Amino acid sequence: MWSQLRTLWTVFQHTFMRNETVQYPDEMPYAAPRYRGRIILTRDPDGEERCVACNLCAVACPVDCIALQKTEREEDGRWYPEFFRINFSRCIMCGMCEEACPTYAIQLTPDFELCEYNRDSMVYEKEHLLINGPGKYPDYSFWGVAGKTIEGKDKGEARNEAPPTDFRSLMP
Amino acid sequence: MATIFVDGERYEAKAGQNVLEAVLSQHLDLPYFCWHPAMGSVGACRQCAIVEYADENDERGRLAMACITSVRDGMRISIEAPYAAEFRTSVIEWLMENHPHDCPVCEEGGECHLQDMTVMTGHSQRRYRGTKRTWRNQDLGPFIGHEMNRCITCYRCVRFYRDYAGGTDLDAMGSRGRMYFGRVGDGKLENEFSGNLVEVCPTGVFTDRPFSSQYTRKWDLQSAPSVCPGCAVGCNIFPSERYGDLKRVHNRYHGEINGYFLCDRGRFGSHFVNDPARIRNAGTRARDDVFEARGVDAAMDALGKMLRDRKVIGIGSPRASVESNFALKSLVGRDSFCNGLADGEADLIALALDVHGRGGARIPTLSDVETADAVLVLGEDVLNTAPRVALSMRQAARGRALEMGSEAAIPGWQDAGIRGHAQGRLSPVFLATTLPTRIDDIATATFHATPADIARTGYAVAHRLDGDFAEGDAADEFVERVAAALGEAKRPLVVTGTGSAEPGVIEAAANIAWALRARGADPALLIAPHEANSVGAAMLDAGLSLDGALEAVRSGEADTLVVMENDLYRRAESARVDAALAAGAEVVVMDSMENATAQAANLVLPAAAYAECNGTFVNYEGRAQRFYQVFEPGGEIAPSWVWIQRAAQAAGRSDCAWSGIDDLVRACADGEPALAAIPEAAPAADYRSEADTRIPRQPHRYSGRTAMRADVNVHEPKPTVDDETPFSYSMEGQNTGRQPGSTVPYVWSPGWNSNQSVFKFQQEVGGSLSGGDPGARLIGTDGPNGADSACFRNPPAAFAGGDGVRLFPVHAIFGSDELSARSWPVASCSPPPYVVLHPEDARELGVEAGDGVRCDALSASAEVRIDAAVTRGAAACVVGLPGLPEPLPSEAVALSRDPDFPREAEIIAKG
Repeated sequence: MWSQLRTLWTVFQHTFMRNETVQYPDEMPYAAPRYRGRIILTRDPDGEERCVACNLCAVACPVDCIALQKTEREEDGRWYPEFFRINFSRCIMCGMCEEACPTYAIQLTPDFELCEYNRDSMVYEKEHLLINGPGKYPDYSFWGVAGKTIEGKDKGEARNEAPPTDFRSLMP
Repeated sequence: MATIFVDGERYEAKAGQNVLEAVLSQHLDLPYFCWHPAMGSVGACRQCAIVEYADENDERGRLAMACITSVRDGMRISIEAPYAAEFRTSVIEWLMENHPHDCPVCEEGGECHLQDMTVMTGHSQRRYRGTKRTWRNQDLGPFIGHEMNRCITCYRCVRFYRDYAGGTDLDAMGSRGRMYFGRVGDGKLENEFSGNLVEVCPTGVFTDRPFSSQYTRKWDLQSAPSVCPGCAVGCNIFPSERYGDLKRVHNRYHGEINGYFLCDRGRFGSHFVNDPARIRNAGTRARDDVFEARGVDAAMDALGKMLRDRKVIGIGSPRASVESNFALKSLVGRDSFCNGLADGEADLIALALDVHGRGGARIPTLSDVETADAVLVLGEDVLNTAPRVALSMRQAARGRALEMGSEAAIPGWQDAGIRGHAQGRLSPVFLATTLPTRIDDIATATFHATPADIARTGYAVAHRLDGDFAEGDAADEFVERVAAALGEAKRPLVVTGTGSAEPGVIEAAANIAWALRARGADPALLIAPHEANSVGAAMLDAGLSLDGALEAVRSGEADTLVVMENDLYRRAESARVDAALAAGAEVVVMDSMENATAQAANLVLPAAAYAECNGTFVNYEGRAQRFYQVFEPGGEIAPSWVWIQRAAQAAGRSDCAWSGIDDLVRACADGEPALAAIPEAAPAADYRSEADTRIPRQPHRYSGRTAMRADVNVHEPKPTVDDETPFSYSMEGQNTGRQPGSTVPYVWSPGWNSNQSVFKFQQEVGGSLSGGDPGARLIGTDGPNGADSACFRNPPAAFAGGDGVRLFPVHAIFGSDELSARSWPVASCSPPPYVVLHPEDARELGVEAGDGVRCDALSASAEVRIDAAVTRGAAACVVGLPGLPEPLPSEAVALSRDPDFPREAEIIAKG
């Protein structure tokens, strides 16, 4: 009896409270910058593709919806994906790919509006994923840290590297 | 046996083992780097630290390195003791100080022993704040990539390359913190086994370059157990696929054959599977040579007409599986079937089978070869025809050092100790070959002559060992030394083969082995043919020789000729093949690659390459080994035996309707008494693991399943159900290593992502696979009886020079094998066609090294090389390269200088 009265009272109180229903899509809800929505591929500060096709996002993906193939750019030796495909009709927006990415290439964005009439349209290729900026991590450049050389970054020029050793040296 | 206590648990170990081997043989986890089961211990990396206790009352113990501590009975050790675990973590931390931030762009990532050990020891936070040491890399040629920054100085590379494989151009250089592992300068690694550096290196310093160009992580590779199609040794391999391309070949451990190592022909020779010159569609070729794809149904209609009520001749192939050959034989009948071996080669293999059938000498496995205490090679350059045998012979040569070590009570795994003690002394190895070889460095003595003269020398050795045997040439010093060394040996080995196209060398080798048997030794006789299934094809009872088959077609006796996976222009003189193919018979060719025979066919059918079908190869020791389909080929490609089955159906026949590969294998075993044991080579398709599951072709972390085909169709197809084998085309199932050894599709174990995990699949480190080593021996299983080993009595006539030059065959590891020569990494290392002349002969012909010569028998000009080791009047001619057929003319030819031959230097200058 007491419980029913209390319920009635609570319901009655809500008559005077602010309306919580959001008039989407007329009113857009706020999604934080780290919201886990549509996935993008970003570029490093030099404007080059960040993705080095290491496959870690693909293996971290619990629904296996990422497939890619590594290739190498002839002119500078950078690794990059020949193709990079995300099947958004399978994606569960868990963000494991972003967490696994060692180069900050793959990032989730606050855009959650991924609706299509046709499932085929949910398959995104690299040209659909790659944006023109660095996304959430504006300064990071993987190739500036990695030991592998690319055109324009010789051995010893990466962060925290000593100049190349001369193994012919006899100095003690 | 000894009993040891590891962390309080009781285990059995072998006395004389080191503790690391004992612990790993129990499948326990203990990190290590520099130790390698095939190369022993050097104690360089300090990673396998354990705590050893004096007795059961000792609670403190002392730190010891497991790999250089001998097992003692009653020994008490601890792997988990905090002191040892902390020490191991520190070692990793030191090793990682200079390790670059490369894993995402490193080909080793995901199958890296250094990654595994770092995770296993628990080192996760970098504390070192200094700078990282860097290096400049070298260009090591088309096979191997070099990234020296990643080195952890374990010395495995030079220990393999120099000490195990006998290479000279890779070394450790520098001093203190400047140790560098590379060549003196850029250049291709010269050793024929350089590819093993990829697997030997515990991190990513040496990587597989062809694989890198189409790189896929190990967890994404779909693999199946397979057998190398490169030569007759039958090394076990893991070919791996992703996105429909064969990506790479890795070693598949076989305790008795290849062990941990492959040759570069096998490792890099499989890229032909992806070649654009693959035949992918069934079609017809009209008289104007234009190929027209017709589709399977139309092609089968056409084929049905060609077969129905016609006289059909079938030519099989030593590079096709036993099953496909048997299927063709069933289609055309015994009397119209030819096994596809060149006539001379067929006779040689028949001779080899006859010799083995008579008993008297063991047929050695490669692990057996390594235990021989004296070796004689008669007429065969094994490094170029059966390369893996040469690597095992190198280990046999080290037998003397191991023996000296055991006399001085140095355990066999104490690698540096034994080397220091033996001071380079080797077991006796004698090489009698046409030309100097690249294993001459282990030879006690070498002898260079024409094959006939080598055979005569062999006869003389047998006679010297036992006077009952036929005499050869007058004894010279070489014969004396060989006879003395072999006579003293307990387990002598004679190696010969079909490479020199001389039956006399096989007869002489058999005589020597039998003479040794008569003296009470336990001899082994290895006869190497040169194709993957030469022995299997020869064991089929065939009614026609190749000559007979070609003649029957040429004379119009046959209406239709079916050629299966065979380029006839490599087997017989072009003129004879031309005459047969142009005689008016319908020519049907099923093959995987476009070739001259397929160009001349009326009907072309796309056959599956070895990685795309199931089948059996029989290796040099008569071991039938099953290879499994790695991936489904696209389009119309099908195994040859399936084409034959369809053809029989199209021709309205009710036989040749096998329900699958198992049925075909059984039919073959029933129909061919010599092959009765082939079903034992592998379990049937209904085999299931202990949890009643299939064996997965894909690792459990295979990625991208819902995206890899989404560009074609977003609805994922159901994985193909494989009715033919116990494997699945998915990651579902179990690969525990407890299944039969022939059905291990890849090696992986929790915590062990690299190929080092193979020890979890072995009964003991370096021993047999847990489920038994693969293969069923078809010959030599009764053991040597020696009862009816009558000797051969007719040595060939000595070589006598005359007019012109007599050509003798030599082989090239890169180029002489048909399929691997069309794999782009191997093709980039193939030599140009060449002949090797004596300096005097060259002078008489007016040519010098680098000039070109030609003759009527060769369809291409060949480059001249000069070597004083060649007999005057004879010339060594590399075979199997474009324009140089394998059967060389048996008479002397008139060589002449080709004025138009481009010199290599000129080609380079022209770019």
